[in-house]
Amino acid sequence: MKGAEALLKTLERHGVDTVFGLPGGAILPVYDALYDSPIKHVLVRHEQAGAHAADAYYRASGRVGVCFATSGPGATNLVTGLATAQMDSSAVIAVTGNVATSLIGTDAFQEADVYGITGPVTKHNYLVKNVEDIPRVVAEAFHIASTGRPGPVLIDLPKDVQQAEFHGSLDVTIDLPGYHPTVTGHAKQVRKAAEAIRAAERPVMMVGGGGQAASEEVLAFARKTGIPVITTLMGIGAYPAGESQALGMPGMHGTVTANRAITHCDLILGAGVRFDDRVTGKISRFAPNATIVHIDIDPAEISKLVKAHVPVVGDLRDVLPRLAAELERLDIEPWWNQLEEWKKMYPERFKRDQPLVSQEVIQMLHEATGGECVVTTEVGQHQMFAARLFPTTHPRTFITSGGLGTMGFGLPAAIGAAFARPGQPVVCIAGDGSVQMNIQELATLYKHQLPVVLAILNNGVLGMVRQWQEMFSAERYSEIYLADSNPDFAKLAEAYGLDGYNVFDRGTAARLVPEVLAKGKPAVINFFVYEAEKVFPMIPAGAGVDEMIVGDQEPDDTPEVPV
Amino acid sequence: MSVTVRDRPGVLVRIAGLFARRGFNIESLSVAQSEEPGISRTTFVVNGEDTVLEQVQKQLQKLIDVIKVIDHSQSKFVDRELMLIKVAVRTPEDRVEIRQIAQDFRARIVDVARHALVFEVTGDEGKMNAFIEQMRDFGIVELIRTGRVALPRSEAEPERLPSVRPRAA
Repeated sequence: MKGAEALLKTLERHGVDTVFGLPGGAILPVYDALYDSPIKHVLVRHEQAGAHAADAYYRASGRVGVCFATSGPGATNLVTGLATAQMDSSAVIAVTGNVATSLIGTDAFQEADVYGITGPVTKHNYLVKNVEDIPRVVAEAFHIASTGRPGPVLIDLPKDVQQAEFHGSLDVTIDLPGYHPTVTGHAKQVRKAAEAIRAAERPVMMVGGGGQAASEEVLAFARKTGIPVITTLMGIGAYPAGESQALGMPGMHGTVTANRAITHCDLILGAGVRFDDRVTGKISRFAPNATIVHIDIDPAEISKLVKAHVPVVGDLRDVLPRLAAELERLDIEPWWNQLEEWKKMYPERFKRDQPLVSQEVIQMLHEATGGECVVTTEVGQHQMFAARLFPTTHPRTFITSGGLGTMGFGLPAAIGAAFARPGQPVVCIAGDGSVQMNIQELATLYKHQLPVVLAILNNGVLGMVRQWQEMFSAERYSEIYLADSNPDFAKLAEAYGLDGYNVFDRGTAARLVPEVLAKGKPAVINFFVYEAEKVFPMIPAGAGVDEMIVGDQEPDDTPEVPV
Repeated sequence: MSVTVRDRPGVLVRIAGLFARRGFNIESLSVAQSEEPGISRTTFVVNGEDTVLEQVQKQLQKLIDVIKVIDHSQSKFVDRELMLIKVAVRTPEDRVEIRQIAQDFRARIVDVARHALVFEVTGDEGKMNAFIEQMRDFGIVELIRTGRVALPRSEAEPERLPSVRPRAA
């Protein structure tokens, strides 16, 4: 058996059935072995898309996503995908070919220092120089990627190592003396957390991406205690948006209720969150009256940005049930009355004074699917609109690049999610800017006839940048205009063999959205939407949560149709 | 701060990269084999507020090849540094005086030339700095310091004793 075959057999043993990738010279032996392997390979059209697809495969299923790329440019194309996965704690294993060990360091053809380049954007990485190490390295990579705080691991395999004869056994034991994630929360800390929550009069729970793997525990905890629940962008779906205790998303474009709750609460129970700057705004004005109870599996997140008064290091699946066991239903009726009042005063609302606006399109998509689908997004205004108007009910169904904010993520992510959840419809909500960053994946979509509907909210500009320039740069619109040179997206879809539609008004949109979704096949709908639509509420960068601009959501601002 | 790491290619790059990208400043760094084969011990001197140091420690601990991190500022420790310093010798009087001072500092002469002396000095940071100050009057040609290395002081309780190699009869 050659090294390449040992690699594939080891991947198989770890349950890998799908790999996203694109071959090249230095990874040829692996692709040759793939020819005889039961592993299904999805040929992407750009390595970055392979990394995003593998990332979304994990996010949608909880199973480690795997991608392959060749050396040099193939591997450097993965970097954005790995950084995206690292920021959002996604378990991805990337295998890259490299030039033969004898050529490493000689500036050989298609050589890059991939081990050096990817170190900062992975949880761990390997350069394998001995063929006999392959099974152990793969086993360690799976262990590291999928346990503790998940993250991407890269395995760089020089070509001669792939070709070398493998004599060893595939049964290996891993050897990681420096890696012992803390899963079980400390009993004393759990008790302290319970005491603090019991003493609070105005508590809120804030669920982040860590909640995706612990959604049952989150729901059980919330139901038992009656605590109000805020879900961050990464936490959407970890707690069902439809529950009566849901306050929505916090932060820069969060709901008025969630942000008011943060300012006025006396306790935040952070569960699998990392208090990102888009959530906290100016730290000194974040939850000024609150005791912070922070549960996270990564000790480095505790007190990194927001000081935790009661830290609990551990897995939510361990800590939340134990915490719930120490608590009864909280007696917080006055607090709930206040929250209900805010909720009533600030429902989701937007103006429809233009032929078509992004927010109504997202609402139509939400209604047509009943929220029973996987949503992926690109990055920008449409992403924030989707987070607020298309929050999903189930965990692992709202897939978005939160930490890195990677434009070009949504379309390949939709492909990865479609492979992770066969038969389930996927809606990719995109902007006309972002979608062009990995538009070549329409070919992959066509080839596999995945049930992905790509909804492009085409406002002809880089909308989020435009919004900032309008609000903070005195309308000095600098390099945001796309409309004069955008392709005809419907025709482009057709060129790829897909159904494509251009939609200019709300009547057509309302008719077409359910119709296209019902077909269960890939399609592109290009919605021409209002250019100057803005995302509100908004906390300007660097301002405090209490300095939120409510904008369109202000009740006096002639709301036309409450959502 | 002492960091015990596995001897893997690139482990130092990982640590140095972590310091650089998170904006932690390394004042000095030394690394060498420890008592266990395959394991190295590194000592860093990092200045910063307690919250920064706590982050440094936690981020280091996250590196897979890092086995243990000890923040010596939180406990008692012994530390030493080694310096080689080449001092200019202009006159015979200077030579006598320099050697006298060196003796007071228990600095060892490791190289003798017509116009320069090289000393080996060990001790804590204060001693190094004091010696350097003294030598400035004569002219320092060049010097190199290892940076501090440290070990925790032994506990009052007997420690777990390491296994020993059987001695030949």
